[in-house]
Amino acid sequence: MKTLFRILSFFAIIFSFPAAAALNVFACEPEWAALAQELGGDKISAYSATTALQDAHRMEAKPSLIARMRSADLVICSGSELEIGWLPLLLTQSGNDRIQPGRPGFLEASQFVMRLEMPKVMDRALGDIHPSGNPHVHLDPRNIARIADALAGRLLEIDPANADVYRSRADSFGKRWQSALQRWEQQAAPLKGMPIVVYHKDMSYFINWAGMREVGSLEPKPGIPPTPSHLADLVERMKRAPAKVVVYSPYNSPRAAEFLSQQANVPGVMVPFTVGGTEKAKDLFGLFDDTLERLLKTAK
Amino acid sequence: MIRNKLCAMALAVAVAPAYAQESESSRMREELRQLQQRMQSLEKRLQESEAKANKAQESAAQAENTAAQAASQASSRPASESAMNPAVSAILNGVYGNLKRDPNTYRLNGFVPTMGDVGPGKRGLSLGESELAITSNIDHLFRGTLITAISPDNDTIGVEEGYIQTIGLSNGFTIKAGRFFSGVGYLNQIHAHAWDFTDAPLANKVFLGTQLNEDGIQFKWVAPTNLYWDLGAELGRGRAFPAGPAGGRNKNGFGSSNLFTHIGGDIGASTAWQTGVSYLMTSPRNRIYSDADSTGTLVTDSFSGKSRLLVLDGVLKWAPDGNPTYNNFKLQGEYFRRNEDGRLTYNTDPASAAGSAAGTLTGSYKSRQTGWYLQGVYQFLPAWRVGYRYDRLDSGTTTLGLIDSRALSAADFPILGRYNPKRNTVMVDWSPSEFSRIRLQVARDYARMNQPDNQIFLQYIVSLGAHGAHRF
Repeated sequence: MKTLFRILSFFAIIFSFPAAAALNVFACEPEWAALAQELGGDKISAYSATTALQDAHRMEAKPSLIARMRSADLVICSGSELEIGWLPLLLTQSGNDRIQPGRPGFLEASQFVMRLEMPKVMDRALGDIHPSGNPHVHLDPRNIARIADALAGRLLEIDPANADVYRSRADSFGKRWQSALQRWEQQAAPLKGMPIVVYHKDMSYFINWAGMREVGSLEPKPGIPPTPSHLADLVERMKRAPAKVVVYSPYNSPRAAEFLSQQANVPGVMVPFTVGGTEKAKDLFGLFDDTLERLLKTAK
Repeated sequence: MIRNKLCAMALAVAVAPAYAQESESSRMREELRQLQQRMQSLEKRLQESEAKANKAQESAAQAENTAAQAASQASSRPASESAMNPAVSAILNGVYGNLKRDPNTYRLNGFVPTMGDVGPGKRGLSLGESELAITSNIDHLFRGTLITAISPDNDTIGVEEGYIQTIGLSNGFTIKAGRFFSGVGYLNQIHAHAWDFTDAPLANKVFLGTQLNEDGIQFKWVAPTNLYWDLGAELGRGRAFPAGPAGGRNKNGFGSSNLFTHIGGDIGASTAWQTGVSYLMTSPRNRIYSDADSTGTLVTDSFSGKSRLLVLDGVLKWAPDGNPTYNNFKLQGEYFRRNEDGRLTYNTDPASAAGSAAGTLTGSYKSRQTGWYLQGVYQFLPAWRVGYRYDRLDSGTTTLGLIDSRALSAADFPILGRYNPKRNTVMVDWSPSEFSRIRLQVARDYARMNQPDNQIFLQYIVSLGAHGAHRF
């Protein structure tokens, strides 16, 4: 009898059910889980498919993700082909009609903002480019405000019973975000015109917002890992026209940036990239606070 | 225009003094000075207006840029008919094979041949099967997939997979109908271009004829748990090995069925796993293969009865912090056990496989055979992977009524003679991008009794068009 009880409790732990009372939000990236948490509070349970240490493009349709997708009431992803390798598989395998594209339960964040770097020429010889533009839209704080509006709208639509909660939380978040935005705009003033080298083209929206100048990338082409010949070229260019900083994300290896720092004396900085990327980037506010703080150190 | 006027004026000013009186000369000089002044101020205004025009042009260019960007965003949802084109992709692959033994004599001793192609491929350079895949949502309820394989030699186009799948069902249910790779084991559902080795494990060759694609219906249910758990059932025509005859029986109803279940999940952020059980049930009728009996006469053996295949599979993937970009490791293994029970007909007249002609003997047939493989693939640098695979088959016990009754001897069934094939395989591959891969593979294959084969393959696999799926 005791063994039976043990076996049963083992299975009870293994087959734990997702939160039944709260709205299940499946976010492809941590920034959207954080945004959903800001807007939904305890009315939702947000799950992020990736962490800040993972490249959202290179994920696989893992069993754990299919299981989460199965129970999701709302899916929010960057879109613009960022998750093209695994999101379509999750959608078809989940057996969940609430979150299929076109339903209120499917939200593609990048569709609500102006995308940068729309390619004029579609050719894989140019690297892994995205036909609908650069998908890393969350690093422009103004975009977060627009997407927050869209997400709040969807929460209201899917879970009208808690409409008041979502409305007041969205209102409060909007106000806090606007005042933070004003502060960040002042703080970012010294970054204007500053030449910057990136690892992957995942900082473009931040660079555009802060008015920085991207003068190179460690990857020879988007999605192609840094090669020695490309890095040597970059070092030569940096000697002629040095950048102020080279940045990389927590999911990138720091080695290429360190090489450039040593060879061309361009300081390397890891930026959080998304929520959870650094200790201070605990939420969306922390994400921008910490990104600015780290970059401003090099601007002096 | 203005410049011309100014020139004319200047000329007039210059020639004027020639006609002027001496007394008027000072007045004329004064006028000249004034004219020069006017000319200078006009020139200055001209420069200013030119600069303004330039500026206007610049800002016009900027506006155009912004407009172009806006337009291109708008056109990312084009309105034309072609906007509804499905996602199309093509897979090309080519192999250089260096085989010690003639691949045309390839067989796996101890096991019934599978009617299909299980050989290691050709010697020398050859184009592999080219794959053309078309996928799209059909409407709000269905999604369609067509994957054709174009054979480079006999100019045929085969349908590898062609199915519709529901996307509009809820509560974890999906239904697939058409031709699809059966959910038996793990590797069977994965297209050859996504395999970690050039060829299939020996177990997949002998138990599934390399890869089983069935015409049928698949029902699948995913449990509403945080741990992944699915249950599925397939009903099929029985068009291919282990069912028989090739193409399926001429009868209503179903010729094969398969039950499967998987569980899977994560261990921390770094490790993901999945394990499953499947059970494939078929009833072959006149499933034939050729052999040479003890006198060297070519004979046809045909099996009718029940075939039951149990497969256990497991996959484990590891990457530091779950980020596979730099380093990752994949461990994969499957265990197969097949029980077959029925009657075997021995026929010395290959023209008549039905079994009624003279020279035909029929007796009972009972076999229990197993096989397994285990493989590990490690990415030690971005784009570079090495892998090792071990294959092992056990021909187990096959009891033939014809031998027990001494009507025939074991020498009349040489292929079924007891033998345990095995193989060691190593590979290294390089993937400069997500869309291309070049692989070198070396294997020592003990599939034939007493005739080990050394196999070397150099292969490229590339994908064109729509982005491939990253399946687990």
